[in-house]
Amino acid sequence: MIADLSRRAYEFRIQVLQMVYARQTGHIGGAFSIAEVLTALYFHHLRINPSNPNWDDRDRLVFSKGHACAMLYTALAHRGFFPVEDLMTFRALNSRLQGHPERQKTPGIEVPAGPLGHGVAIGAGMALCARMDKSKRRVYAILGDGEINAGVIWEGALVAAKYQLDNLKVILDYNGVQQTGTTTKVLPTEPIVDKWRAFGWHTIEIHGHNQTQVLDALDQADEIHGKPVVIIARTTKGKGVSFMENDSYWHGSPPNEKQFQAALAELNEGVARWQN
Amino acid sequence: MAELIREPFGALVSMRKAYGEALIELGKTHPNVVVLSADVSNSDHSGMFEAVYPDRFFNVGIAEPALVDVAVGLANGGRVPIANTFSFLFATRALEQVRTHLCYGEANVKLAGAYSGLSDSFDGPTHHAITDIAIMRALPNMTVVVPADPLAVKKLLPLVADWQGPVFFRLCRNEVPEIFTDEYTPEIGKGIVLRQGADVSILSCGVLVARSLLAAKCLAEQGISARVVEVHTIKPLDRGLVIACAKETGALVTVEEHSIIGGLGGAVAEVLVENEPVPMERIGVADTFAESGPYSELMDKYGLSVNDIVNAAHRAVARKCK
Repeated sequence: MIADLSRRAYEFRIQVLQMVYARQTGHIGGAFSIAEVLTALYFHHLRINPSNPNWDDRDRLVFSKGHACAMLYTALAHRGFFPVEDLMTFRALNSRLQGHPERQKTPGIEVPAGPLGHGVAIGAGMALCARMDKSKRRVYAILGDGEINAGVIWEGALVAAKYQLDNLKVILDYNGVQQTGTTTKVLPTEPIVDKWRAFGWHTIEIHGHNQTQVLDALDQADEIHGKPVVIIARTTKGKGVSFMENDSYWHGSPPNEKQFQAALAELNEGVARWQN
Repeated sequence: MAELIREPFGALVSMRKAYGEALIELGKTHPNVVVLSADVSNSDHSGMFEAVYPDRFFNVGIAEPALVDVAVGLANGGRVPIANTFSFLFATRALEQVRTHLCYGEANVKLAGAYSGLSDSFDGPTHHAITDIAIMRALPNMTVVVPADPLAVKKLLPLVADWQGPVFFRLCRNEVPEIFTDEYTPEIGKGIVLRQGADVSILSCGVLVARSLLAAKCLAEQGISARVVEVHTIKPLDRGLVIACAKETGALVTVEEHSIIGGLGGAVAEVLVENEPVPMERIGVADTFAESGPYSELMDKYGLSVNDIVNAAHRAVARKCK
């Protein structure tokens, strides 16, 4: 299973690369860093039903770092929420796949995202609702590390801790790079574990490209009671393509043909590594 | 028609207390309703709901963006959240959340905007909300409802809760006269003719409906027959009624406790110029911040007195005759 999910993560990176290259617009760096987390969630952990996307007791996923949605769309399509062929219409006119997630057009999307910072507070509301409904559904919110610059993240963190929302699990894609540079340069957020802990959260720190650790963390999070959980996933922006890794240029820039071919070759090696 | 209006007006009644009572009533008939506050529940009286339904009330602290986002999460699971804070904070501090999730995301959240207009009069311009209607009505998918008296609060709140999609429900802080009788049966999206008249139509919303009715009386004594229309829903605006008023009376005055830019006056003007251009005058706060002071005197000073309405009607009628 580990190999299967890891291979899928690389296949999805290829898909995202093709989407962004074809349209010459989109966000590669943050999409690549969250690949293993998304494959773990959509192909193993989440209780969802693609043929009934609005099933009441489904787990909720708030994709708060909306700019990385090319990876989310890829996961949703391959999980059966809509045809895989639609992926190549990403960001085109009349597409169901908007530049940032939209709820009404895309099955499997719970809330819009793009403006950063909403995930924790919306997740808290969803988790409160689940508790009132006495439902076992779990709520996941995926945040970027630049995103936690936003004050509403911390408002939401306080609310979730106040109501002891142990059915809320935040996954922080901590790749250390945001749009104009490293997080340490733009707005330092370390010590990140201490911060969440001080806000009343249970923290789990993992290597976010290690599929075993990702899966274990998701299981562990289910065992925590009385506190919301944050999984701080240490990741690499642009993961899988050497010249894209840790470079803020690849936050929102599309590749040219030469870069596209070079990236494709490296990602194919990634797929091959996890074959068998 | 006349039986909709009390003659004379009833005693002064606290609009926020009426809102608290309305919430409690709503809680009985609407088990899906949950109420949220940004730590002002004793100001806006949404705390009255908490006293009766503590399990359906959430205080998220002084965190208005989170207030709206938490409500969005609750709406996602089928609840009908009514989020409460001061009106200006919805329209400024939490506006991005309102735009992205309530409007773009079509979250079924109701915003109860407390202390609107100049009604938080002594707290001054930082707490006044005179641009909230303009801001909210510019957002796609948003519905804007403004009750005119305490009874209207009670009659409109269940309609707001049942309306599918986001609603901005604009509330007044203060004691205001009861103007409606029990015959008043509003319907979201429909204006109500409160008094017939042939020379000019006064279109009004909120607590200034009372002053508009008084102005119509004055005008009658001066030989001008003024129609008074309550426009409790600013969006979607009852365009048909606005056009009918323009055709039948040939002149309009809009009256609101809001900036003259972008509120009821703006909405009515947009319909008129595209359909039935007639002379129109706007009563509202000029493009300025107001100041601290007693509510009634403050409204008088900033151009919202009965006399101001009377004079505006005269101007509109005079322009018609040119």
